[in-house]
Amino acid sequence: MNAVRLIYFTLIFGYLYLPIIVLIINSFNANRYGLSWDGFTLQWFPAMLANAGLMEAAKNSLAVAFSAATAATLLGALAAIGFRLYRFAGRRILQGTLMTLMMAPDIILAIALLVLFVMLGVSLGFWSLLLAHITFCLPFTTMTIVARLQGFNPFLLDAARDLGASESQVLGRIVLPLLSPALIASWLLAFTLSLDDVIVSSFVTGPSFDVLPLKIFSMVKVGVKPEVNALSTLMVALSLVLVIISQLLLKEKEHGA
Amino acid sequence: MKSRTRTLIIALIGFWLVVFGVLPILLLLFASFLGQDPEAFFELSFSLDAYRQLVDPGYLRVLLRSIWLAVLTTVFCLIIGYPFAWLTARLNRRTRMLVLILLMIPFWTNSLVRTYAIRMVLGTQGLLNTLLLHLGIIDTPIRLLYTDTAVVLGLFYLMLPFMILPLYATMEKFDFRLVEAARDLGAGFPATFRSIVWPLTLPGVLAGCIMVFVPTMGLFYVASLLGGARQLLVGNLIHQQFLNARNWPLGSATSVALIIIMALMLCVYWLFMRNLALRSHQP
Repeated sequence: MNAVRLIYFTLIFGYLYLPIIVLIINSFNANRYGLSWDGFTLQWFPAMLANAGLMEAAKNSLAVAFSAATAATLLGALAAIGFRLYRFAGRRILQGTLMTLMMAPDIILAIALLVLFVMLGVSLGFWSLLLAHITFCLPFTTMTIVARLQGFNPFLLDAARDLGASESQVLGRIVLPLLSPALIASWLLAFTLSLDDVIVSSFVTGPSFDVLPLKIFSMVKVGVKPEVNALSTLMVALSLVLVIISQLLLKEKEHGA
Repeated sequence: MKSRTRTLIIALIGFWLVVFGVLPILLLLFASFLGQDPEAFFELSFSLDAYRQLVDPGYLRVLLRSIWLAVLTTVFCLIIGYPFAWLTARLNRRTRMLVLILLMIPFWTNSLVRTYAIRMVLGTQGLLNTLLLHLGIIDTPIRLLYTDTAVVLGLFYLMLPFMILPLYATMEKFDFRLVEAARDLGAGFPATFRSIVWPLTLPGVLAGCIMVFVPTMGLFYVASLLGGARQLLVGNLIHQQFLNARNWPLGSATSVALIIIMALMLCVYWLFMRNLALRSHQP
């Protein structure tokens, strides 16, 4: 039984990890096409930095991811507070809408937003991308923060209100400080989600605003590009670091609160 | 107690969800009933042309083929993922956490990068062929890349965690003593599986299938990178209509079809879960 399990797990994890490992190895491979191991090199990393189009797209992607993560975290915090701490008409409908947004396949959201932007006359570029990214990150940030609010003592807020605190004081001085680990975790999560998105970005950006996934997609459509290997290695490392930090932050919450 | 802050918060969330959640879907539905204009994206007149094109045999064949590829991927994920989730649920706590984290890491890594990575493995001079040649299993490299097999392998690679996680969530709560009880009462493996394990894990199976099947149809870049130039998935069709052919009504109608498929699947899930709840309340 144990041997069978070990073999099974090894095969599956091998399948999941081998391509990533091959990619990382190839980003240090002197052979341009990764057909054989021609020795260790770091040349693809400067080559990547020298690729102006790729760097421009990377800069754009980081700008969108940074802004979208910040906005989605703030909005998600407000949504979590609204859904958990307040009772109001239409709460369940709004919650249902949020869950539907989370369940909906990216491609549906992508074209629905594209149709919206075009009909409203929003020009396709940074702003359309930002609005779209905030929208698809929002359910995830809200859920992360709601989970933190779950263990929250509501009497704390009542006590503050009884002592004469205004609602904004209650939120600013009690709720937000208590939420901070969840806020950082959800920011990292949204940042990763935004940086990883291919489908929504390919629909809602315009020709003048190139983003990383689209640039990579057009570069690798025809074959292997060593600069892309180098960049991919960096991206894998970045998402690994971000996930570990966010998991540690969420873990801390379980011990702390 | 009502305050301005409270009203403002509720209004802001409501506004965002209505404008960027509900309104776009309604506009999509609206766009699918518009007339077509090759010069612009659409023409402002009521028309059923898009839906007529949707059921045109040529288009419908591509659509059905894409659904078929998604079905294959889902079944493949289920067959591989089910035993995996089962074995994981039976591990001790520490190892189980490790396995789950190892499953989550690829999930957090850029999926385009991973698709590109798997292409390196599947190519004629890629790792897989080199390995098989060295082992003497094959004499000439097999052509995997740019075939339907490669697309399904790629989709499976990306979607497997989405199948395993809901399955695991159900199996984690499974009472393994039931299996022992069935064994003690003389039931063999097939009988135990059919009458105990499968029915009790069915909610996870349904959830996993929905989580895999619906997004799979939209992953156009997987089909483009691994399947060559053909329009393989519904996502490719939609991508084509919106960004190349500029036929928005047809693209919208195709998406509406996708939404309907998703809604049907959610209905099945909901009916099943309600049925389950009703049955468990009966004595």
